Amino acid sequence: METNNKRTVLITALALLLLYALAVVLDLCIPVTSSWAMLLTVIQKGSVYALVAVSMNLLNGFTGLFSLGQAGFMLIGAYVYAMFTIPVADRMSVYQYYDGGLIQFYLPWPVALVLAGLAAALFAYLIGLPVLRLRSDYLAIATLGFAEIIRAICQWDKLGPLTNGSNVLRSYTRFSSMEIGGLSLATLAPVALASLCILLIVLLINSSYGRAFKAIREDEVAAEAMGINLFHHKQLAFCISSFFAGVGGAMLAMFASTVQAAQFKAAMTYELLLIVVIGGIGSVTGSVLASFLFIAASEWWLRGLDTGTFLGISAPGIFRSGFRLVVFSVIIMIFVLFFRRGIMGTKELPDLFRRRPKAGRKGASQ
Amino acid sequence: MANILEIRDLVVSYGGIEAVKGISLDVPEGKIVTLIGANGAGKSTTLKAIAGLVRPKSASIRFQGEELVGRASDDIVSRGVTLVPEGRRVFSNLTVLENLKIGAYLRKDDLKADIDYIYTLFPRLQERAWQLAGTLSGGEQQMLAVGRALMSRPKLIMMDEPSLGLAPLVVKDIFEIIRTINGQGITVLLIEQNANMALKTADLGYVMETGRITLHGTGMELYEDETIKEAYLGKKRS
Repeated sequence: METNNKRTVLITALALLLLYALAVVLDLCIPVTSSWAMLLTVIQKGSVYALVAVSMNLLNGFTGLFSLGQAGFMLIGAYVYAMFTIPVADRMSVYQYYDGGLIQFYLPWPVALVLAGLAAALFAYLIGLPVLRLRSDYLAIATLGFAEIIRAICQWDKLGPLTNGSNVLRSYTRFSSMEIGGLSLATLAPVALASLCILLIVLLINSSYGRAFKAIREDEVAAEAMGINLFHHKQLAFCISSFFAGVGGAMLAMFASTVQAAQFKAAMTYELLLIVVIGGIGSVTGSVLASFLFIAASEWWLRGLDTGTFLGISAPGIFRSGFRLVVFSVIIMIFVLFFRRGIMGTKELPDLFRRRPKAGRKGASQ
Repeated sequence: MANILEIRDLVVSYGGIEAVKGISLDVPEGKIVTLIGANGAGKSTTLKAIAGLVRPKSASIRFQGEELVGRASDDIVSRGVTLVPEGRRVFSNLTVLENLKIGAYLRKDDLKADIDYIYTLFPRLQERAWQLAGTLSGGEQQMLAVGRALMSRPKLIMMDEPSLGLAPLVVKDIFEIIRTINGQGITVLLIEQNANMALKTADLGYVMETGRITLHGTGMELYEDETIKEAYLGKKRS
């Protein structure tokens, strides 16, 4: 068992290093002007979505709590991050309607990133106190409502000195401006951050806490009879999921050049839900795969559906703005009707390569 | 014989309707005690109240001399009282092994020896360790439910209708297992509708009717009792 564990660690480390090397190489080899530059965008945004989708899966897929508050927590993360990383010199121009804003200091981006996650987790904790006592569908409605409220509050004029009201936040630290000794981290940074966070979530899922979460998903009564404190564990899953949604929101801000509350609509949560369903509810690798597929499709492959020409067919009458969303709706209906288990079901990518351990084998109790 | 569990005047009500109307019962340490009665008599509610899953309106439930009322269910499990819930309720989409590990959730020590112990008790579970619990047969699921509960190292194990919906041969196995577990020094509190088997197995029996205890005695006394025969066992028993 020991050697088996070491092997897993080694393989994971190698896979990550390979991934990082690939990110760096692609970043160096693909010029911004080529048509393949879209691939970089897909990798960067896909990483961000992968993290948020996995965090949503932790809650919806592994703990069985159907929450639709993801966009709200991302918004908190994005705002906290952006608010604290705008250089003091730029604050006057960003907060031009609010005399440079209230915050007159600057935090390094890693600190702000963690702070973004913590702020989202804190909100989750407070909301969780009343909301987590609700049953599934009511929980979804309550969290969706919360996300909308947060969005409205962020745009509230009175909070302008903090949030800049309904104006955008900009000039904060972004992926595209990160570099080490002239080597751009625009692609490596999001890939590395997302993979690190996803790794943490996977470790959590495989721990005894993760087993408790799954037990709650399977059967609350039995879980409670086994001594699992339902509320405590639901709260824990909710806060951790929101922490990573907050970090993901901050990363989305780092990927984009501006942050505005209006971006974080319920539609964003639905996109994530789509990803989780397509990937397989209860599969981390499924969520990751589906995130990249989704982003590739919406940002790149299916662009033509909105701009007039798709697969060489020019039909500006049909392929116009918004048609892409129609296609997406059809895709999710197809998945829900015919492939309810998604791409991966509850399996993980390594499961597909691994043979099932023989029953009764020595050490099977590990 | 010291009582490991003493219940005094347990009252449980659901939205104004009293399901349990002030019962008292004793469970001596190391014995098998059964609580029999018809549907809706309040048996399951009694067990749930002991396990901390429902809050009694008023009661004193003392386990090894300590009051359990008002304690959270996780606290009660860690004190050594574990419930095997009605209808097995195994975690269907998790493997047999994961189910067992969840049973030991509150323990932080090494589980290896316990898992091996469960496997010697139920060799079938070892054969199926990597199978999803939902794919097991009814009898195997009941074994898993019992094994899972044993993983918490209970001093008192409470079973809610373990024979429900199982084939007669499997029911015999289950009662055999109950005796084995009891032989290891674990006290058993058993709820059954299969009064016949339960009374033959138990040292002590209580009969519950519409929220009250109407009779109690040794398992054999109740088994021979005419009114019980009529009400629960079917008079023409051979």
